[in-house]
Amino acid sequence: MVRTARSEATRTALGPTLVRLCREGLDIVCIDADLGYSTSAVKFGQEFPERFFPVGVAEQNMIGVSAGLAACGKIAFCSSFAVFAPGHCFDQLRMAVGQPQTNVKLVASHGGVVTGEDGASAEAIEDLALMLSIPTFRVIFPADVVEAEQAIETAARTEGPFYMRTLRPKTPVIYDDSGYRFQLGRWDRLRDGSDVTLIACGELVKAALDAAEILAGEGIATRVLNASSLRPIDREALLGAARETGAIVTAEDHFVHGGLSGLVAETLAEENPVPLAFIGMRDRYGTSGTWEELLEYFGLTPQAIAEAARGVMSRKSQ
Amino acid sequence: MARAQTVSVDELKSIAKRIRRHIVQMTANANSGHPGGSLSSVEIATSLYFRVLRYDPQNPLWPDRDRFIVSKGHATPMVYSTMAEAGYFPVEDLMTFRKLGGKLQGHTIMQKPPGVEMSAGALGMGLSFSLGHALAGRLDGRDYHVFCLLSDGDCQEGQTWEAAMASAHHRAENLIAIVDRNHIQNDGFSDYQRFPDGNGSRPQRPGGWVLKDGHTANIMNLEPLEDKWKAFGWSTQHIDGHDFEAIIRALEAAKTHTGGPSVVVCETIKGKGVSFMENNPDFHGKAPSPEQLEQALKELAD
Repeated sequence: MVRTARSEATRTALGPTLVRLCREGLDIVCIDADLGYSTSAVKFGQEFPERFFPVGVAEQNMIGVSAGLAACGKIAFCSSFAVFAPGHCFDQLRMAVGQPQTNVKLVASHGGVVTGEDGASAEAIEDLALMLSIPTFRVIFPADVVEAEQAIETAARTEGPFYMRTLRPKTPVIYDDSGYRFQLGRWDRLRDGSDVTLIACGELVKAALDAAEILAGEGIATRVLNASSLRPIDREALLGAARETGAIVTAEDHFVHGGLSGLVAETLAEENPVPLAFIGMRDRYGTSGTWEELLEYFGLTPQAIAEAARGVMSRKSQ
Repeated sequence: MARAQTVSVDELKSIAKRIRRHIVQMTANANSGHPGGSLSSVEIATSLYFRVLRYDPQNPLWPDRDRFIVSKGHATPMVYSTMAEAGYFPVEDLMTFRKLGGKLQGHTIMQKPPGVEMSAGALGMGLSFSLGHALAGRLDGRDYHVFCLLSDGDCQEGQTWEAAMASAHHRAENLIAIVDRNHIQNDGFSDYQRFPDGNGSRPQRPGGWVLKDGHTANIMNLEPLEDKWKAFGWSTQHIDGHDFEAIIRALEAAKTHTGGPSVVVCETIKGKGVSFMENNPDFHGKAPSPEQLEQALKELAD
């Protein structure tokens, strides 16, 4: 296993980062739908109460109010759980944010099956597909809390719609003291190799790194890319991986349809159709359990990724 | 900075007639569009642009402008005609309505052309967007007012009531909703109040009827509408939405109201001003034929 110094939930980055950016002079407002303690947005409200607008459990209104504030020049951050936003408010995101490209940033926590004990209704595994279907949204799924903070700052300083998915459980921090800087449209190459590439997002970046360790023990040189920027994607990194390693495995805590796997498959189908395999959720919903149990239960593991890597390598044309 | 011009009621009536002619001409020219709910809100829009609103057509994004946010985004013939008369763009542009390469899409697009406040066309979204403008105005210490025009259909969307609740909670006294209560929507009559063969009494079948002409009556009852707004914490007025003096008086009163948001429920007639369109659900989303246009222009002549 790749050791990491600590674990932290990516959702904890939101409130403190917005407080820092507002103190630095960014005209940030925060619109909240009764989940501010869970998304950490409430920390912004405690610091800037006049800039914090609760709307109750009303996600459609949350998006509309955010768009109105943004139309008046505000950087409007709103947050909820990913099952509720975009879940409850897709049309509002399309009409009030996506089409007019208002400066609204939706940061949705509790993405993925790793939401855990709350069960299927609370586990958003379609949110990335929904948000990627609106072409004007930048879509980010950070690998850890360090990247989450940087991505929030990027969203705040970049005009236009953003969707960012954060997670409930404390997941391993991989970018501590690394000097890493998140960039839109850039997939960080965490490990290099020429036999196969693993492309992962969110907490499965760590699983991909662990899979690469397993494969290294078998003499397989594995490249690992962190696809935190789902729109825009890093075409150069993706096409380079296809060209230089000839086989790719994707890994995501999301349905394989419409998320990272779909993006990779769509791009390579047109450009360079190398053997692909997808690790993700297929044709069924989540269930209750601890987040670590659920990753095992649904096969979102380093072992599964490694097995898929052996599979795509065997399909490479000689 | 510019303010709305002060014009007499007689002049307002004359402007309204011009706007009505634009509405039937541009929908006929496009061979599509929504004349009915545009004609019902002409006096409301004319009162706003020529007596109530503070704005500058040369500077559509002036931060201190009053906002007129139209939630019923299908009523573009009314929106564009009134804006053209108010000087935002040439009246000739109205003939590009709904045309490829034109500047005026079938439903509103935010700031296209500049001065259109909001992208709409999916009902129910305007009041939330308006509340955002109202909260931003308060946060920035600006004294503008936000006027949001709602339709019967808007008042059936849940989001409108989410926004109504939040507006009262945040005591958005700079927010004024206007309901264009014409009692007709896409498939027919919203409720029994305007059931054409009825006498205004409550129907026997709450689910509504299919009328002889295929339209549905009692699609979704909104009454008691004014009481609903009151219960959500709004100050309310209920007026004749074709009476200029009543509209202007109500909107000015709403502007001075403090402590929370205000709503003016305007009783209107769908298709107002064109005999065969009045109270006729057919013209919710249908353009007049060339013959009907000729008849309409005759009725709308000065």
